[in-house]
Amino acid sequence: MTTQTPTQSTPARSHPEPHQETTWRTYFSFSTDHKVIGIQYLVTTFVFYLIGGALATAVRTELATPEVDFVSREVYNGLFTVHATVMIFLWIVPAGTGAFGNYLLPLMLGARDMAFPKLNAVAFWMIPPAGVLLMLSFIWGAPAAGWTSYPPLSIVTNPVGEMIWILSLLILGTSSILGAVNFLTTILKMRMPGLGLNQMPLFCWAMLAASALILLSTPVLAGALILLSFDIVAGTAFFNPTGGGDPVVYQHMFWFYSHPAVYIMILPVFGMISEILPVHSRKPIFGYKAIAYSSLAISFLGLVVWAHHMFTSGTPPWLRMFFMIATMVIAVPTGIKVFSWLATIWGGKLELNSAMLFALGFVSMFVIGGISGVMVAAVPFDIHVHDTYFIVAHIHYVLFGGSVFGLYAGIYHWFPKMTGRMMNEFWGRVHFVLTFIGFNITFMPMHKLGLEGMNRRIAEYDPKYAALNLVCTVGTYILAVSTFPFIFNAIWSWWKGPKAGDNPWRALTLEWQTSSPPPVENFVGEPVLVTEPYAYGLNGSTPGISLEPEATPSPAT
Amino acid sequence: MLAGIALTLVSLWYGQNHGLMPLEGSEESLPIDSLFNLMMTIGTGLFLLVQGVIVVAVLRFRRRQGDLADGPYIEGNIPLEILWTAIPAVIVMILAVYSFEVYRQIGGLGAMDHAMAHAQPQPQMARLAGAAIAAPLAEASPTSLADAPSPEPVLSDATYQLPGDGPYEIQALGLQYAWIFTYPDTGVVTGELHVPVGREVLLKINAQDVLHAFWVPEYRLKQDAIPGRPTEIRFTPRTAGEYPVICAELCGPYHGAMKTRVIAHSPQEFAAWMQEQQVASASGLEQAIATADPAQRSVEQILAPHIESLGISPEVLQQLHPPMVHAHAS
Repeated sequence: MTTQTPTQSTPARSHPEPHQETTWRTYFSFSTDHKVIGIQYLVTTFVFYLIGGALATAVRTELATPEVDFVSREVYNGLFTVHATVMIFLWIVPAGTGAFGNYLLPLMLGARDMAFPKLNAVAFWMIPPAGVLLMLSFIWGAPAAGWTSYPPLSIVTNPVGEMIWILSLLILGTSSILGAVNFLTTILKMRMPGLGLNQMPLFCWAMLAASALILLSTPVLAGALILLSFDIVAGTAFFNPTGGGDPVVYQHMFWFYSHPAVYIMILPVFGMISEILPVHSRKPIFGYKAIAYSSLAISFLGLVVWAHHMFTSGTPPWLRMFFMIATMVIAVPTGIKVFSWLATIWGGKLELNSAMLFALGFVSMFVIGGISGVMVAAVPFDIHVHDTYFIVAHIHYVLFGGSVFGLYAGIYHWFPKMTGRMMNEFWGRVHFVLTFIGFNITFMPMHKLGLEGMNRRIAEYDPKYAALNLVCTVGTYILAVSTFPFIFNAIWSWWKGPKAGDNPWRALTLEWQTSSPPPVENFVGEPVLVTEPYAYGLNGSTPGISLEPEATPSPAT
Repeated sequence: MLAGIALTLVSLWYGQNHGLMPLEGSEESLPIDSLFNLMMTIGTGLFLLVQGVIVVAVLRFRRRQGDLADGPYIEGNIPLEILWTAIPAVIVMILAVYSFEVYRQIGGLGAMDHAMAHAQPQPQMARLAGAAIAAPLAEASPTSLADAPSPEPVLSDATYQLPGDGPYEIQALGLQYAWIFTYPDTGVVTGELHVPVGREVLLKINAQDVLHAFWVPEYRLKQDAIPGRPTEIRFTPRTAGEYPVICAELCGPYHGAMKTRVIAHSPQEFAAWMQEQQVASASGLEQAIATADPAQRSVEQILAPHIESLGISPEVLQQLHPPMVHAHAS
């Protein structure tokens, strides 16, 4: 078990600098405390999640009937474009890496803060203006070429909205790169003495893999976007075929980032699930090294599969075969994780609280997205379902059933640490049930719609698809309603919830060995490593051992 | 053990009886559906296994009230981990090899080699690629039709015959928001795609303005249309009937309205249709351009000239409909 021991005072309950206590004002300031920044990320991105959800609800309202009757076709294209952009770049990427990465990494590593605190604050404060900018694009005509923004359509449609979209993404990409530099440096250089890489909690491994992906792939997206902006405003012809440019080159550059982006969005959540399942199963994580190294394998493979989004784009056949095989191979490290999680809960003592329900829901839903993922990797099948609702279903099972379920699990699990208060269990379970039902009603029928012939990104469709589409829309409304119990629960609990204590889950990772919320520099005194992060079932298995770890003398700071 | 057998049987049954795919309209759809059925079988098994483990764990291993003890200290099991690494690895290798074989069967490898080797665009396509909208097309097309492999002077009683060997070539041009199909052996131009059943068709695809994608769900085949970069697709129609042609790449606000039909005729009917078209090819072009305006498009309008020119009786039209009815019902 890992723990820290104090040199001067009793641990964790005393705040050494009470005058620096965080108040609500701190969260609107240029704070360099990684915990404040983490919560700033989390709340900001959640607000954007609600905006993205409102856009999705508008999209599904339009699709409730086969005719174009709710918004115009032009507005509809803007709605789904901004919906996808917000959900990816302003919610899942910054929430998974920015919010939880920032909040948890220094605590789990026994560090006082991130390696570059000011850079960290700069990275966060780039997000609100970029998000507001993107929302303002609706005034001049929102970007309407899809979140993929393929030229030539993106060159000739709503140039003002398109340029705002590019600018917003460049800012968000820069923020993401700055964050990744910080995470990598912190993981590699700021670990407490005695904490080797192979003793790190698995979330840190996942962040290591995700940060490497961000650093390697995001600059390529920035390059593609800058060239695209030249085509739009300066009349160059990098991608514009009327001047001899090649639109397929853009697709390669775009997916060189945007496929790894899927792993940037899912790897931190994998890490969170690997933390949450052992705690609430009271069992060690099964196969630590396999899970840790499979994150790296996924990260590497994620870099060499991008053209599987382009099987119908005239990609040469031998390349299609290469990308097909590389993509299918990702199923192996992903399968290792899923089976290891199942083995972790098997034979444990499961506490089915809200965090655990969402974590189990994550495993259950992500597997469906994983299975359909292997299917669409097969070139002959993908040629049929590419750009259809089958793909829409697949990405939502991965990104909503996967990432968003995982993020909710993370919020329920670490809320007591972040705020010092417990969330309401009853409303947490209501939230889970509504989300689980609404999610499956919304997205399960889309598999069939896509196989039968419904293409994506359309405001009108063949009336023979009307019934299933209505079901999807009803599911969307259930999903929309499901967020309300969560919002009220979170606000109420933060304000009036019962006190959590330092370690309400009797967890063994380092962040639970300090106070809730932790003091400004995380630990009073110097933390010292005593044992592994997942040693449940050792030491007589009594909570007393977990709660009051044996103190080990450490050198003075 | 019993659960394992039940799981296997359910997977095998569901893999064959999922009923998720539309009618199999092309020869290519058969191996593709076999591959899908195999993946559905494996996928169903894996789905049931994982969900089953979660459900059983939740039912069997819930913490009792007041039980604060930890579970057993089990950090891993190397043979088990090797097993669940090796089995998925073998499965994906089988799927990869099988997919490769299906891809070879449907001509994916040969077709694209061809496209790479002869990357220079068709002369007609090159001219059209620079054109901005449909209006210049009206001027450009007649001249390019003259370039087309010289159509035989058609006598009203001459019988049309499909060209002898190799796939039957048709050119497709995608533009906002319609398809224009040109039959180089006769110079006929249409807004709907007519193909002979049982004969391999080579569709050479180009785009005039933005990306489009040619997709016939019943054929399980899709190919992007890329401005300035010709692509192609091969298929062999299997059953006579009308199937939707759908644009599957976002091409603008009316993307959802960019639809037409592929009409698969028996070879005799195809010859008869083509002969009528040759007489009235000029009007065919006008009709094709009219379809460029989505506001003017309706199924009846598009079909009307064809019904007249073919002299199809309503009964024949009814015969063509059943496959579509089937697709609606499925």
